[in-house]
Amino acid sequence: MSVNSDINKLLKSYKKRSIYLDHAATTPVDPVVKKAMDPFFTEEFGNPSAFYEIGLRAQESLEDARARIAKILGCVPNEVIFTGSGTESDNLAILGVARAKGKGHIITSAIEHHAVSDTIEHLKEEGFTVTVLPVDKYGLVDPRVLEKEIKTETILVSVMYANNEIGTVEPIKELASICRKKGVLFHTDACQAGGALPINVKKLGVDLMTINGSKIYGPKGVGCLYIRSGIKLEPIVYGGGQERGLRSGTENVPGIIGFAKALELAQKNCTSENKRLIKLRDKLIKGLTTKIPKCFLNGHPTKRLPNNVNITILDIEGESIILFLNELGVYASTGSACTSKSLDPSHVITAIGLPYEAAHGSIRFTLGHSTKESDIDFVLEIMPKITSILRKISPLNLDNDTKGELKYLT
Amino acid sequence: MNILGKSGDRWVYSPAVKDHFFHPQNLVDDLKGFNEKKYNGVGIVGSAACGDMMKIWVKIDPKTDRVKDCKWQTFGCASAIASTSMLSTMVVEKGGMSVEKALKLTPQDILKRLGGLPPRKVHCSVLGDKALRKAINDYFRRTEQFKRIVPDGGVVIDPVTKITDKDIEEAVLEGADDMKKLQQKLKVGIGDKIVYKKAEDLLKKYQEKYYG
Repeated sequence: MSVNSDINKLLKSYKKRSIYLDHAATTPVDPVVKKAMDPFFTEEFGNPSAFYEIGLRAQESLEDARARIAKILGCVPNEVIFTGSGTESDNLAILGVARAKGKGHIITSAIEHHAVSDTIEHLKEEGFTVTVLPVDKYGLVDPRVLEKEIKTETILVSVMYANNEIGTVEPIKELASICRKKGVLFHTDACQAGGALPINVKKLGVDLMTINGSKIYGPKGVGCLYIRSGIKLEPIVYGGGQERGLRSGTENVPGIIGFAKALELAQKNCTSENKRLIKLRDKLIKGLTTKIPKCFLNGHPTKRLPNNVNITILDIEGESIILFLNELGVYASTGSACTSKSLDPSHVITAIGLPYEAAHGSIRFTLGHSTKESDIDFVLEIMPKITSILRKISPLNLDNDTKGELKYLT
Repeated sequence: MNILGKSGDRWVYSPAVKDHFFHPQNLVDDLKGFNEKKYNGVGIVGSAACGDMMKIWVKIDPKTDRVKDCKWQTFGCASAIASTSMLSTMVVEKGGMSVEKALKLTPQDILKRLGGLPPRKVHCSVLGDKALRKAINDYFRRTEQFKRIVPDGGVVIDPVTKITDKDIEEAVLEGADDMKKLQQKLKVGIGDKIVYKKAEDLLKKYQEKYYG
């Protein structure tokens, strides 16, 4: 059968769905969260810095939200600083510590989000030295390697809690405890972990931790940074001195209220939700890797986020897959160069040792509250068909041998 | 309030790109049943590693010096697939394009017919015309018309690294928009002010050409 008739058949066989499988990119706002935010747009609109009643009421609500987040994090309220995003919190943590210290050595991992890696890269220009820790084929940082890399000049270590692309959960407790022992500050970007993993900062032993609202069914445009008492930070935004002078600018009260509500809901429900998601996740992984030839899982099989599926399909390119899925109403993402601004494939996929050839064919499905088993079944029904069509269009035929190394068949 | 439109029919590319992506023309459907011997020129460009690879077969009629048939296979994103499909359509329509004209086909010609591409996607269709030129050169070699072969090489501007103007053109198309990024990709003109200036001028020239 010709490719054109394969395509026609595929696109005409199904009614367009709306299956959102990109929850690692962002989540919808939970209606309960939205309801909690609503009054703060119109009636309770006051500026928390003002001395009159509506201002004081706003301040009270703001501080209540801070206290509730602090309770979840296991810290005191003034250790929580609100910011405009996860990215801003990462910047404040890294630039803030570095500029307060003035000089020194920073350690990070090879699979960080750009909010961390680009910020640290920028600090090289300010005279800081940097070590990037490698990861193994699952994306895990080795605590022993970290221990060896810490020098007397080391001022900060920043390793993410869970990776946004391949879902690998890092051994944060071990990494943090090494840093504590050596007297080095430890920061973790926990944006992907906030809705699914334990985030008690005392139990984790971290000094600085980033979380945000838009990945946990809260609003976009709000994040926070946990800063352990006594740590000196240089602000990155100057002005009216809000947030203990560390983040000037009128507080995003509705956003912060929503963020607190979303975090409470996420942490309250995560045990049962994780169990449900892991079942769906593993069904999708098993189905894709058995139904599609030359398809394998990226990241760790068990030390991974409950909602993350990341696979590589050889011989075809991720963006083309995404556009076929889109045509059928399934929304996912890829680590292919074609969707990155730099036209380089994902640094995470290349860091786990996959050659560029394989990085271009990586697809990420991230599940969420709305994901039903029938959605997974639908993806498992269409993915082999899409793969088969695109493989017919492609001149490539890469071989994946048992060692996981790639060589050309033709 | 209707922000996105109820149909949700939003697409990142032009309607022409969508049409060729979902209805690829002149594609080699099945390599097993494909009779390569019917074609007298083949060209491949790109690689799996860089994310785009195209293979083009042409059948040139020696009597009329026109491209009578053109088949292809492409590994890459939607714009790469659609631009190869569009290229093949342009080459075979109206009784076939003359070889002279086919050799002069530019990425801009394909882009125009596609209704444009996002700037950083331009490099995908640049590959299509290169593959076609390679296929035609292959035809010239097979038919011993050596004088007609058009070399695709460039002018060496850095004697140390042997970087050519073509390399810089490709780096620009791959996203190098300043000297720092260009040097990260090509290591051109490191420690040589004269070469650095030459590379910088070419960077500006190609920036103008593709994104200006």
